[in-house]
Amino acid sequence: METLTLGKALNLGLRRAMEDDSKVLIMGEDVGKLGGVFRITDGLQKDFGDERVIDTPLAEAGIVGTAIGLALRGYRPVVEIQFDGFVYPAYDQIVCQVAKLHYRSQGKVKLPMVIRIPFGGGIGAVEHHSESPEAYFAHTAGLKVVACSNPSDAYWMIQQAVASDDPIVFFEPKRRYWEKGEVDTSATLSSAFPLHASRVVRPGTDATVLAYGPMVRTALDAATAAAEDGRNLEVIDLRSLSPLDMAPVYDSVRRTGRAVVVHEAAGNLGMGAELAARISEECFYSLEAPVLRVTGYDIPYPASRVEEEFLPDLDRVLDAVDRSFGW
Amino acid sequence: MTDESMYRAMRLIRRFEERCIELVNSGHIVGGIHPYIGQEAIAAGVCAALRDDDIITSTHRGHGHVLAKGSDPVRMLAELTGRATGLNRGRGGSMHAADFGKGIYGANGIVGAGGAIATGAAWARRNDGSDVVTVSFFGDGAVNQGVLLETFNLAALWKLPVLFVCENNGYATTLTVAQAVAGSITARAEAFGIPSVSVDGTDARAVRAAAQEAVERGRAGGGPSFIECTAYRFDAHHTWEHKARVRYRSDDEVAAGRSRDPLDVLGLPAGVRDGIDAEIEALLAEAVAFALDSPAPDPAGALDHLYATGLRTRDGNGLIDSAVR
Repeated sequence: METLTLGKALNLGLRRAMEDDSKVLIMGEDVGKLGGVFRITDGLQKDFGDERVIDTPLAEAGIVGTAIGLALRGYRPVVEIQFDGFVYPAYDQIVCQVAKLHYRSQGKVKLPMVIRIPFGGGIGAVEHHSESPEAYFAHTAGLKVVACSNPSDAYWMIQQAVASDDPIVFFEPKRRYWEKGEVDTSATLSSAFPLHASRVVRPGTDATVLAYGPMVRTALDAATAAAEDGRNLEVIDLRSLSPLDMAPVYDSVRRTGRAVVVHEAAGNLGMGAELAARISEECFYSLEAPVLRVTGYDIPYPASRVEEEFLPDLDRVLDAVDRSFGW
Repeated sequence: MTDESMYRAMRLIRRFEERCIELVNSGHIVGGIHPYIGQEAIAAGVCAALRDDDIITSTHRGHGHVLAKGSDPVRMLAELTGRATGLNRGRGGSMHAADFGKGIYGANGIVGAGGAIATGAAWARRNDGSDVVTVSFFGDGAVNQGVLLETFNLAALWKLPVLFVCENNGYATTLTVAQAVAGSITARAEAFGIPSVSVDGTDARAVRAAAQEAVERGRAGGGPSFIECTAYRFDAHHTWEHKARVRYRSDDEVAAGRSRDPLDVLGLPAGVRDGIDAEIEALLAEAVAFALDSPAPDPAGALDHLYATGLRTRDGNGLIDSAVR
């Protein structure tokens, strides 16, 4: 076991992926010499060379489009989008080409590429640097979308994503980059928890809280606080946003009868809407209350000074749990 | 490639497109096509300078490129008619025909998108010493797309063996080049230090000569090149125009454009042409018969190939089969 920050765990995971497969390339803005603005690729260009860790110009559409050509020729490009809001110029490439080429070719070509996106707020970085665009990608068939929430998952999920033959949009909770956790780096990739599986990260009996990425920590903190009031919350880390692994969610909600979904992204047509619909369809007779959502508000991401008002926090999660019990 | 081979490619494209228009009118090709008629010398001339293992990306008006690069017209026609025997099992269609085994990385419904894909494919040179050259075909409309300009920068910066071929047929759908393009088309590439030429795109020999020079430069490590090929689109932007009767070109203009037919410009003797023409008629008769005899894709396979890893989702009310997650 090693104690690593989430950021360092990603760094070591990428390093291991590059060691395991010479076809793995990293490309993006400032990923080489600087090692990324969040230092996730720190030291990789020095050790693997500038033909494998490529500093690109500011040109997200061109970078992702170029990565498609590389993937079609057998490479496994890992593209870093520097901040969440910078992915939009590449949106066309991701949605119109990356998501569709395998299907369009009816299996003749694979696109083993990873698009890494630091997402979410909490670091005082305003709009374009604090956004949660996961639903845009989860909506698109052919893409896989995952979000890690802790150092151990970060270490393994990034390696699983790079090893996958499918294109994966990989969301990293940027405000959790500096949080530490235990990582068993001596384990093997094949024994790691499956990439597209949700996981109960805190067992409970009274209500189910669903979260992913940065909100998993918030949900766990809320569960700790609720326990002091005698409420035993079950917290599920969804991990895979597309496809969704709902079986553990249904099992949980059928036991607890209550569900609260938490995410930073705006509520309107967000992941919570899909989760609420699916839970309603599958667990209708077990529900004691409607599925409730705790989300960012339906406004553009606010200025730094008020972002704590915007972001779901422990109190808002507990309020939602109270409302569920008050139904 | 010989002049006769170029003529064969052009005649195949011409008649293929004409047969496709018939099949659109008879309802066998659903949704219509973007005919390449009038621009045949560009695909034929450029592909005459390529090896089998060289790579191309194509456009919404892509049948000519796919055929000139050597794809099987029989399976191509089956694709356009939406049959399971098609190049992409009938699930790609006109704007998304691809034949990866022939280095054809796909037609593309997004204008300018192929440029970045071709550039990425060319990047392999830096990594493994491959001398494969990639070609991105696009129209005059694409030169105003941001991603293409980003791609010029990347290809020039990294000295990648990419040949950018702009087919200037005068119109982006209905908008003229004069209405759409500030500055000149070649100046865009020149601004990135990419050697650029403009040639008569109805003259297959001129296109081939320019492409050969560019391909040799790319193979030798000299980086990207840009060729503007001017031609006239004889037919509609899309076959939908035949019914909609949109009018944005005068009869005189169309007649003048059609008077310079690339198949005639090549100037092969009638005897030579007749022999090739007969071969192509027979081939296309076979292609049409094969397509119309082929089954449609089974809708039950709609979820196949969503993921290379075989993960299935959204079938029934389940999301992930836990056995493969």
